[in-house]
Amino acid sequence: MSDTERWLLPEGIDELLPEQAEQIEFLRRSILKLYQRWGYRYVMTPMVEYLESLLVGTGNDLEKHTFKLTDELTGRLLGVRADITPQVSRIDAHRMQHDGPSRLCYAGPVLLTQPRELGGSRNPIQIGAELFGHSGIASDIEVLELMLSSLKRSGLKAISLDLGHVGIFRELVGQYGVDSDLEKLLFDALQRKAKPEIASLTSALDSDCQAAFLALADLNGGEETLTEAKKSLGSANQSVLAALQELEDIYTGLKKRYADINVHFDLAELRGYGYHTGVVFAAYVPGYWQAIAQGGRYDDIGKVFGRARCATGYSMDLRAICQLLPDFEVADHGIFAPATDDAALENKIHELRESGESVIRELPNQQVSGFEMGCKRILVKRENVWLVEPIKLN
Amino acid sequence: MKKQLTIALSKGRIFKDTLPLLNHAGITPIDDPETSRKLILDTNHDHIKLVIVRASDVPTYVEYGAADLGISGKDVLMEHGGEGVYEPLDLNIACCKLMVAGKPGVLKSTSRLRIATKFVKSAKRYYAQKGEQVEIIKLYGSMELAPIVGLADAIVDLVDTGNTLRANGLEPLEHIADISSRLIVNKASLKTKSETIKAFIQQMSEAVELNSRD
Repeated sequence: MSDTERWLLPEGIDELLPEQAEQIEFLRRSILKLYQRWGYRYVMTPMVEYLESLLVGTGNDLEKHTFKLTDELTGRLLGVRADITPQVSRIDAHRMQHDGPSRLCYAGPVLLTQPRELGGSRNPIQIGAELFGHSGIASDIEVLELMLSSLKRSGLKAISLDLGHVGIFRELVGQYGVDSDLEKLLFDALQRKAKPEIASLTSALDSDCQAAFLALADLNGGEETLTEAKKSLGSANQSVLAALQELEDIYTGLKKRYADINVHFDLAELRGYGYHTGVVFAAYVPGYWQAIAQGGRYDDIGKVFGRARCATGYSMDLRAICQLLPDFEVADHGIFAPATDDAALENKIHELRESGESVIRELPNQQVSGFEMGCKRILVKRENVWLVEPIKLN
Repeated sequence: MKKQLTIALSKGRIFKDTLPLLNHAGITPIDDPETSRKLILDTNHDHIKLVIVRASDVPTYVEYGAADLGISGKDVLMEHGGEGVYEPLDLNIACCKLMVAGKPGVLKSTSRLRIATKFVKSAKRYYAQKGEQVEIIKLYGSMELAPIVGLADAIVDLVDTGNTLRANGLEPLEHIADISSRLIVNKASLKTKSETIKAFIQQMSEAVELNSRD
C-alpha cells in the first residue's frame, strides 16, 4: 500500500469538516426540535443488531444494502443498520406496550453496502419520523405535513410532492390473478414506465388487464390524474377504487393546510413495494435528481415483531439536504483571549462562556493571530478591566 | 411559463433518425452537430437545448439529471441496467438485434464457451437465464475477429444486416433481444416538469406513429 492510499477513504464514505459538520448538526437539532413540538419522541437505535430482526419483513432491497458481520459472542450474523425505520417499528411493536398511537423520531448515520443511486453516499445521515397505531388518512396527512414543514424549515424552496399508492398495483395484480413471476417483471417495467415492455408482458392476459397496467404507466401528472385514473381503471375492483379515493382524500386534506404546494401524482410509483401497503410519497426540489425525502404507509411490518401495528412515516438524508443549501457561514468563530496570566481575565472568560459566547484562548508562543483563526473580537485590558472589542486590522 | 428542457443524444445514426421526430414536435436544432464543435446545441425554442454526448453516456446524463430527457438505444439501457430512468416510448429508430454469433455449429460444444462482447452485463444476464456457464471476454470493438483468431468461441453483438458477420465467416446463432432507440426521462424531471415533459412525450409518440405509417 502506498502512502497516498493509506489515508484514502472507501468509496462513497466521507467525513465532514467543521463548516459542513456544524451545518448538519444545526439542521439535525432544528428538525428534532420541530418533531418534539409535534409530539414525536426521540429514540436511539443500535448501530448493529441480529440480522434477522433487522431485515424481517422488509424485502430484498434492504438485505442487499446491509453490511453483515459475525457476532463473536454467539456466532450469529449481525447487520449494520442500513435503514432505521425497521428498528423503530420493532421498538414500537415490542418495547412500547400501549395500543394507542405512538409517535417516534430518530436521527443517525446508516451504512450501505452500495449507494442507493449512482454516485450516492454509502453513509448517509438518516432523520425521520414515524406514526404507529392509526390506520386512517389523518395520520398520513400528519406525517406529510411534518415532512413538508421540516423541509421548509431546512431552508429548501420550491418543494414538489409526489404522491402514489402501492395498493393500486397490488390490487390489480390480485384482481387479474397475475402470478408472482410476472408480478416481478411488471413491477420492474413499471418502475421504468417501459410501456413497450408492459405491452409485451401482458399480451397473453385479457385486454382489460393489459389496458389497466398500460394505463398505470401513464397515470402521472397533476390533480387531473385522479380523474383520468377513475376512467381508465374503470374495470378495476372496489379495492383499487378505494385506494384512489384514499389518495384523493389525502390530497384534499393536505391542500387545506398547504395550498401553495405543488403536488404531482404517480400511480406507478412503487418505491418500497416490498413493505409499503398504502400511500407512498416523496419530495423533490429543483436541482436534485432524486427524491430529497420519502415515506409512506407500511401497516404489516409490526406483525413479524409480534404485534401488527399500522404505521406511516418518512425519512430523509441530512447530507443530501445540506448539499442543496447555501454554505453555512460562521461569521465569527469567537472572542480571542490573549495568553496573559491574570485572574481577572480568567473570570471574564468564564463569565463570557457561561453567557453562551465562544472564547478561544491563545496558547503561549502561538504564531497565528486571533483574526487568522477566524475571531472578529478580542479581549483587551483597559484600565484594569477586560473588555471585548472588535479586532482592528492595521 | 415554459420550463427549461435539456435533451441528451448521440451523434450519427441516432441523431439523424431522431431529427425528423424532433421536427414533428416542432423542435429544430440551430447547429448541425456533425459540423459544429459545440456540445450544447441551441434549438428554435429558447427553453430547449440538445446536448451531444457519447451514446453509452446518455443514460448517465439523464439519470443524474444533467439532461431531462435522452435518446438511447435499448442495448445501452440494458448495459446501464437498473431502474434509474423512465423509458416510456419506443422510438422505433436505429433498429437492430442483439445476437449470439459465431462459426456454424460452435454452440454444440460441451465445454465452457468463451464469449467475446462489449455488452458484458447483457451477455451475463442472457447466459444466466439459460443456466449456462460461460466465460465473458470484454472487448471494445472488432468483435467479429475474436472467433476467427481463437480468442473466443462466439460473440454477443448487435446485428443489423448480418453482412459483416458473413464477410468474416460467422453467422447469427441466437436471438437475445430486439433493439431500438428509446426516449428516456429523468425521474425527478417527470415529477417536477410534468406538463412540459408529458406534452413532449405525446408529440414524440405522434411522430413515431406517423413514421411507422410511411
